[in-house]
Amino acid sequence: MRVYADNAATTAMSQKAVDAMTPYFRNIYGNPSSLHSVGQEAKEALDAARASVARCLGCEPREIIFTSGGSEADNQAILSAARYGARKKKKHIISTAFEHHAVLHTLQKLEREGYEVTYLDVKKNHNITAQQVRDAIRPDTCLVTVMYANNEIGSVLPIAEIGAICKEAGVPFHTEAVQAAGHLHINVKEQNIDMLSLSAHKFHGPKGVGALYVRRGFPLVNLIEGGAQERGKRAGTENLPGICGMAAALQDACEHMDENMPRVAAMRDRLIEGLSQIPHSALNGDRENRLPGNVSFCFEGIEGESLLLLLDAHGICASSGSACTSGSLDPSHVLLAIGRVHDVAHGSLRLSLSEYNTEEEIDHILTVVPQVVSYLRSISPVWRDLQTGKRQYIL
Amino acid sequence: MALYSEAVMDHFMHPRNVGIIEDADGVGEVGNAKCGDIMKIYLKIENDVIVDVKFETFGCGSAIASSSMATEMIKGKSIHEAMTLTNKAVAEALDGLPAHKLHCSVLAEEAIKNALKDYYDRNGIAYDPKEFPDCEHCAHCE
Ligand SMILES: Cc1ncc(COP(=O)(O)O)c(C=O)c1O
Repeated sequence: MRVYADNAATTAMSQKAVDAMTPYFRNIYGNPSSLHSVGQEAKEALDAARASVARCLGCEPREIIFTSGGSEADNQAILSAARYGARKKKKHIISTAFEHHAVLHTLQKLEREGYEVTYLDVKKNHNITAQQVRDAIRPDTCLVTVMYANNEIGSVLPIAEIGAICKEAGVPFHTEAVQAAGHLHINVKEQNIDMLSLSAHKFHGPKGVGALYVRRGFPLVNLIEGGAQERGKRAGTENLPGICGMAAALQDACEHMDENMPRVAAMRDRLIEGLSQIPHSALNGDRENRLPGNVSFCFEGIEGESLLLLLDAHGICASSGSACTSGSLDPSHVLLAIGRVHDVAHGSLRLSLSEYNTEEEIDHILTVVPQVVSYLRSISPVWRDLQTGKRQYIL
Repeated sequence: MALYSEAVMDHFMHPRNVGIIEDADGVGEVGNAKCGDIMKIYLKIENDVIVDVKFETFGCGSAIASSSMATEMIKGKSIHEAMTLTNKAVAEALDGLPAHKLHCSVLAEEAIKNALKDYYDRNGIAYDPKEFPDCEHCAHCE
């Protein structure tokens, strides 16, 4: 049995998304900027995709900019707000300690340029409160950028409340909704969101395509200069197959959200309940406000990469925030930010589900994970020291 | 996963010499949990020959495979031969390790040397301290 439980990394494309893309490779191959009929056919498809994405987010089509993915959208949103702020002598930004690197590294770049960033603490409930945002806002705050939902630990942030606070304070609000789009109900107007990024490959769409919603009138800075595509805000001939695939995938996800997500959440809850039985383990992330597909644990006494390799040998594809899987010497900044110490952060496991997963697969995971954890503990000197009292349990 | 060679995967999936030796003649432990890998080696030594060796490892796939391979390479060897085991030899025997995993083979070499040092210490055998790694001062975990 092969179980793909790494849907937060990327998803399999849906048949609908594939079908929506294929005409644009060979039949409707025109450049949307061309005047002739072949180009205009492509232009129509582009407009339809933009309208479809806008409908899913509750905004106007002209407020959607297509990008090469979530990272680009995050970069553009943050840099735009920062430049706009600087023009008004505002150079303070509010974010969280557990953002994706697409956000964090952009913020670090701005810090090197003299901006000041407040990273809200995420230790309590592995989440932030809207009050924390309210308390952090200063007269010189030019942007609040907090993720909609965390990719590693699944916490869903109080976006509507934060949106209301930002609106009241007159501070632009960006949320990177890469893990939320297609999985949670989003309405940028009701939630007072000024900018939102998303990425198609997280909801069964293609890789390398995403979108940035920008409230009408908000001044954007270009990352890529060139032609006048995307209202002059993002140059380059549009990735029409990708954009059409994304629009179809998002529409499909939003139309079936109310039937799919409760089923995914039920599988998630079975996993959380089952894996919680493993002694000296701990759930990462907010238990109440949680992505329907996210399961994240730390298991004391073992290391995540060896866990992943053994799970893979049993057909289970998962991920970990251990240092060995991150390619650096430190475990994931997200796990450290929620207060996991290095020793246990190395032993993390993330299983991320989609509606393609089945109850049988959950059974398989629930059989295999405890076995593999016990085996690795049985060969671990750390576990022996914990068991013999030479070392104190952390979890 | 094609991250590792077949030899690494074999030693990771089927590690040789896993466990502990209750009445070991030398025990060496290197690494720390903060870094994400700890190796512990147990030696049974008779007439200067390593008659048995066991290991326990907390760490990634290459750490477990390096421990397994290193124990295989010193089992039945004299302690003098074991002293000459290098991390390079361990990595080569595993058909190579990814560059960022080479420290796992270093840990294996150091764990064995620490276990031998423990044996010398217990038996009052003189040695040149320079021959032994000092894990406290290695830069790996900084
Ligand atoms: C939370 C989050 N933000 C941003 C990204 C980057 O998106 P993309 O790969 O489309 O650039 C990802 C995933 O890769 C993500 O999980």
